Amino acid sequence: MILGVDVGSTTVKVVLYSDAGQLLYKQYLRHFSRVREKTAEMLTDCRPFLNGEPLRFAITGSAGYGMAKACDLPFVQEVFATRIAIEKYIPDADAVVELGGEDAKILFLTGGSEERMNGSCAGGTGAFIDQMATLLNVTADELDRLSEGCEKLYTIASRCGVFAKSDIQPLLNQGARKEDLAASIFKAVVDQTVAGLAQGRRIQGKVVFLGGPLTFLKGLRLQFKKTLGLSEDMAVFPENAEYFVAIGAAEYAKDCTPVEFDSLLTALETSVSGQTLTNRLPPLFASEEEYAAFSARHNRATLPQGDISTWSGDAYLGIDAGSTTTKLALLSEENTLLYSYYGSNKGNPVDIVRKELEQIYSLCGDRIRIRGSAVTGYGEDLIKNAFSVDLGIVETVAHYEAAKFFDPQVDFILDIGGQDMKCFKIRNHAVDGIMLNEACSSGCGSFVETFAKALGKDIAEFARLGIFAKNPVDLGSRCTVFMNSSVKQAQKEGAEVEDISAGLSISVVKNAIYKVIRAASPADLGQHVVVQGGTFFNDAVLRSFEQELGIEVRRPTIAGLMGAFGAALCAKKEGFSQSALISPEELAEFTHTAKAATCKLCTNRCNLTVNTFKNGRKYISGNRCERPTGEKAARALPNLMEYKYKALTSYPSRDGGRGKIGIPLGLNMYENLPFWQTMLTQLGFEVVLSGESNHKLYTKGQYTIPSDTVCYPAKLMHGHIEALLDQGITRIFYPCMSYNFDEGLGDNHYNCPVVAYYPELLDANVSRLKEVSFYRNYFGLHRPKDFVKHASSFFGKEFGIPAKEVARAAKAAYAAYDDFRAQIRAEGQKAIDFARREGLPIAVVAGRPYHVDPEINHGIDRLLTSLGFVVITEDCVADRMPKKSRKVLNQWTYHSRLYNAADYVVTQPDMQLVQLVSFGCGIDAITTDEVRAILEPGGKFYTQLKIDEISNLGAVRIRLRSLVAAMAAKKSEEVAE
Amino acid sequence: MSRKITDRIEFTKEMKKDYTILFPNMLPIHFELIRRSFAFEGYKIEMMTDTDREIVNEGLRDVHNDTCYPALLVIGQLIHALKSGRYDVHKTALLITQTGGGCRASNYIHLLRKALVKVGLEFVPVISLNVSGLEKNSGFRLSIPLVRKMLNSVMYGDMIVHLANQVRPYELVSGETDRTVAKWLDRLSGEFDRGGKYLRYRHVLDNCEEIVSDFEAIPILPQPRVRVGVVGEIYIKFAPLGNNNLEEFLASEGAEVIVPGLMDFCTFKVDNRLEDIKLYGGKKIKYIAVSFLKKIIIKAQDDMIDILTRHPRFRKIARFEENKALVADYMGYGNKMGEGWLLTAEMLELIHSGTTNIVCAQPFGCLPNHIAGKGMIRRIKDNHPEANIVAIDYDPGATRINQENRIKLMLSTAKRRLDQQSSPAIPEKTDRKEPVTL
Repeated sequence: MILGVDVGSTTVKVVLYSDAGQLLYKQYLRHFSRVREKTAEMLTDCRPFLNGEPLRFAITGSAGYGMAKACDLPFVQEVFATRIAIEKYIPDADAVVELGGEDAKILFLTGGSEERMNGSCAGGTGAFIDQMATLLNVTADELDRLSEGCEKLYTIASRCGVFAKSDIQPLLNQGARKEDLAASIFKAVVDQTVAGLAQGRRIQGKVVFLGGPLTFLKGLRLQFKKTLGLSEDMAVFPENAEYFVAIGAAEYAKDCTPVEFDSLLTALETSVSGQTLTNRLPPLFASEEEYAAFSARHNRATLPQGDISTWSGDAYLGIDAGSTTTKLALLSEENTLLYSYYGSNKGNPVDIVRKELEQIYSLCGDRIRIRGSAVTGYGEDLIKNAFSVDLGIVETVAHYEAAKFFDPQVDFILDIGGQDMKCFKIRNHAVDGIMLNEACSSGCGSFVETFAKALGKDIAEFARLGIFAKNPVDLGSRCTVFMNSSVKQAQKEGAEVEDISAGLSISVVKNAIYKVIRAASPADLGQHVVVQGGTFFNDAVLRSFEQELGIEVRRPTIAGLMGAFGAALCAKKEGFSQSALISPEELAEFTHTAKAATCKLCTNRCNLTVNTFKNGRKYISGNRCERPTGEKAARALPNLMEYKYKALTSYPSRDGGRGKIGIPLGLNMYENLPFWQTMLTQLGFEVVLSGESNHKLYTKGQYTIPSDTVCYPAKLMHGHIEALLDQGITRIFYPCMSYNFDEGLGDNHYNCPVVAYYPELLDANVSRLKEVSFYRNYFGLHRPKDFVKHASSFFGKEFGIPAKEVARAAKAAYAAYDDFRAQIRAEGQKAIDFARREGLPIAVVAGRPYHVDPEINHGIDRLLTSLGFVVITEDCVADRMPKKSRKVLNQWTYHSRLYNAADYVVTQPDMQLVQLVSFGCGIDAITTDEVRAILEPGGKFYTQLKIDEISNLGAVRIRLRSLVAAMAAKKSEEVAE
Repeated sequence: MSRKITDRIEFTKEMKKDYTILFPNMLPIHFELIRRSFAFEGYKIEMMTDTDREIVNEGLRDVHNDTCYPALLVIGQLIHALKSGRYDVHKTALLITQTGGGCRASNYIHLLRKALVKVGLEFVPVISLNVSGLEKNSGFRLSIPLVRKMLNSVMYGDMIVHLANQVRPYELVSGETDRTVAKWLDRLSGEFDRGGKYLRYRHVLDNCEEIVSDFEAIPILPQPRVRVGVVGEIYIKFAPLGNNNLEEFLASEGAEVIVPGLMDFCTFKVDNRLEDIKLYGGKKIKYIAVSFLKKIIIKAQDDMIDILTRHPRFRKIARFEENKALVADYMGYGNKMGEGWLLTAEMLELIHSGTTNIVCAQPFGCLPNHIAGKGMIRRIKDNHPEANIVAIDYDPGATRINQENRIKLMLSTAKRRLDQQSSPAIPEKTDRKEPVTL
């Protein structure tokens, strides 16, 4: 008898073969993290088939490893097991794609065999699909069925669940169709596999698809076939695909020594992992009494409640259309809470609000008159338009208003919601500093909830369990994906559910404090801290927050309703005499449909959602500017980012007899193009640019990206190279540059390693480059004389161009570069003059030269101008300040500009700095703290916007609007003084 | 959240008298000898060997969490030590290396100072150990004899590690290799303390010869084992704290581990200066001076190779220039940030010398390794289909199980090949067979 057992991250698979190779028994079950018990159970089920014959046995799978180690059982690595199975049963396969619960694997079998697994930062697995289904409030099977009705695919970041969520959530809130989202989620999984796993190798030939998700989800299969361009007979979905790894283990077991079934079972049942890798923390509460005192203290921050069915008088309605939940609060003139609602928006916030309004109207009868209404949160615009809400309010303002009610002296608010974490620092009665969680640190409420569900508990019970946990697990403070595996590890080591619950709560808190707020001590936060958001109803979270900071904070009993409550307060403050809110009659006839569309008015190609209400009234969302809405465009404000992009791409070049040469327009070429283009044109080449970046171009080069954690601007380069090759270009010039120009602002003038050496990476990974001449030589522009020498030798050797000609061209190139920089500075001054004439605020958008690429900045510049800012770039003003000593090693040219621009902004009352940071930029881990340290003591706000492949600007918009609100508050404060 | 950061505290001559200097560990043997070199010059100096989990937590608290993992560990380890109560914080200084390259690692020292401010220990002086003249301290000077001794330490360290790794997996009497290592560390430490003739170069070479003989004398049981090379970002590659005891894990899986030494990295950093002048121009005198320095290190490596050549049982160390030549088709010598071209060269050298199984270890999101590590694996595999490389990222949240599982995949492939080599009865998959039904 031969037994193969595959213990994956979510399921156990068992196959039993007779010695003659006949399959006697197979079973596939979820283990709900009770790995050892479930496996033992399933083995017991095999017993009847054994007839007491000797048994050969091997175990495999990601969770099987720890178990095999603890029980000293034969183990075979799962990818290896897959390979064994494939070689036996599908020997003519060229590649295998296997998706599991948390792992994704690729095997290349022909043309140089290779096996790959997803690294530590990767989504695109079964768990990811489950998570996304939860988000859409459907099961995985329903998700699959939905995908069949897809009409339009959205771009969803596929790297990890957290990213994808921040793409999907706003789409949901804008009313995108679930059918389209379902298919887009599958497409994202495919993209992740192609980009993250294949890493420069094309998946082609006969491809076998294995694993649970690919067995059960037709929509996923379809997307794989489509994307890889596989014909029916080249895409193989074998029978028993979910058992393949177990089958491989059985194959492997043939060479193992036979074991006694009972001793095997005993080994499984009795062994306890000797090696513990997770640490334990002290319990949250020492005693029941301590918890009781704690609860009593927090319950004091409360709001009087009135009975809506008997109350009469005026009232104000506040709506908080959050990312995952919708909240409503109805408040009387005396601040009595008459009605409240808190619930998941079930992927359709409009419908929830409609139902709730109906309920409120029916309860109010003629006794209560709604005099004013306000809405806040992600869905603000949509809800405001759908129901004619009187007022739209920035989240930060609504939350501050609410917090002030409970503690007039509040100086710090921390809000942890389902998807996001927000921190506001209050200074002089205005929101002064805003910190939002970035895409990668969202260990928020929904994460705890997803986990509770996975362990078969509802969130309230799960939270309760954590309160009295004896040995909370130390899970660290990283992103969700990492925490997933930490939890798995703890479970393998026998941690109880309560210890995990408490551990998760502590992680959420640590994440907030150390990653989002980045505080060192309680003094950094303030004296009057108000915490809110649904996540703080979890007493374990609240307790660990107080413990971690060593101070007592205030959590209102309506912690989950604060946004809605604040909005209601704002509506009241506004002093409306008559609310424009949709009437009960209109509500009865309310209809809403949403349709997806793509705006083709500019290169951003915004994914629009056209919401149609009764009477054909329309609301368009997803847009970055007013053009698709047909509204009268606000007057165009100066925008240096747009100007720079246009100026860069309009350099003339024509053939001077030496033919075409291509330049990929990305990374440092956004700075050096005027130099190289002039130089090459002068030398007689016709310079051909790779064209504008867009997501399609990115996808084109995606399959050759070897490192999925590199920044998006670098990843785009692969597409630019492909674009040049597609144009038939046979020579491409893209030099390596360790050094940048020395502008005298720093201690050195390096480029970052990625900018400096990316050409070499491209050469090694884009195989099509072998067919052309790719010039990736080293050049330094910082020493002009030496440059001429080296350039002469290069151009002489490669093209036979005389040194004199090169010297002349270099001279022109240096001049062109200087002119370009001067032109930008002059245009910057013009923009500043314009702003001052018109009394407009100026946003200094500080980042890297390549952040002017609309595909990289996703239209943030236009969002800023639509908010009334004049936009200039850091290089317009960096040279206005002298070099200063910094608290960091100031050795990169582009980064030195950031510090200097920040210095300058501090001296200008009408300027604010907005720092753009590409996700994955290691260097910005250093610069952001330093820029903040320059701005904040100088009385400026620090606004950091992290950008990546994700093109949804929801969070960015909130952030920038908050900045506007904070600036206004500060201004009125100054006027008052 | 920002507080005023005070100006740099210099390590003064007065401090040298009664301050204890703490520095992070990376390579136990090398660094212990380097510590002795400093102690001989009159510094009170200690190497940090704590490894508990609190180090990571301390780092997470004090350093921007997106900063690379080595910074987090090194800073966490130092601050953890300061907070431990073992030292009078007013009589303690910290020492950290600074290479001054274009990688963000050059900023560790600044991040350390920021962290000290954050925890209220801003008065603790931090000394930069660098050869680029980045920061100066009146109480801390790298004299020529000291640099010489550091070079000796690197020689001894590389030699001992090189030999021990080749003997340990095969030793007949368990623990004998480590006892030999301990014996030599003890003896060399004593010599470092005594100084004088024991520090002469001739004596160093004699010692090396004796070391090789000593390791050669350890009885072994030859058997086929998978050989695995470890390359990567320098801290993660070497420090067990950084790589979750990678070498120990590989050994427990029955592999012989090869870790290219520290000497090449030193030569690489010197060589960069020459390449810089070649690529971008520079003063001739600088070129001559740096060439001289390079020659000294190269000479040391040549001497080590000569000794090893006399003991053919041991794997030779590749010559720096040979390594450098290997990488010519892959990248330019201007690629110098982090481990730069040397990382690719080390992978290629391992493959050329028959070690096709490689772990490429780096901190999560390591910038230079995007290029020279993960970025070059594709081309290496195109040119050497037998290469069996796994890239592993390390970071505070990555779990050990996850990492080990991926390494096990690499090992499975390696073992299969090893089995095929030792029993040629199983043919390598050749032509296509008809599918068999399940």
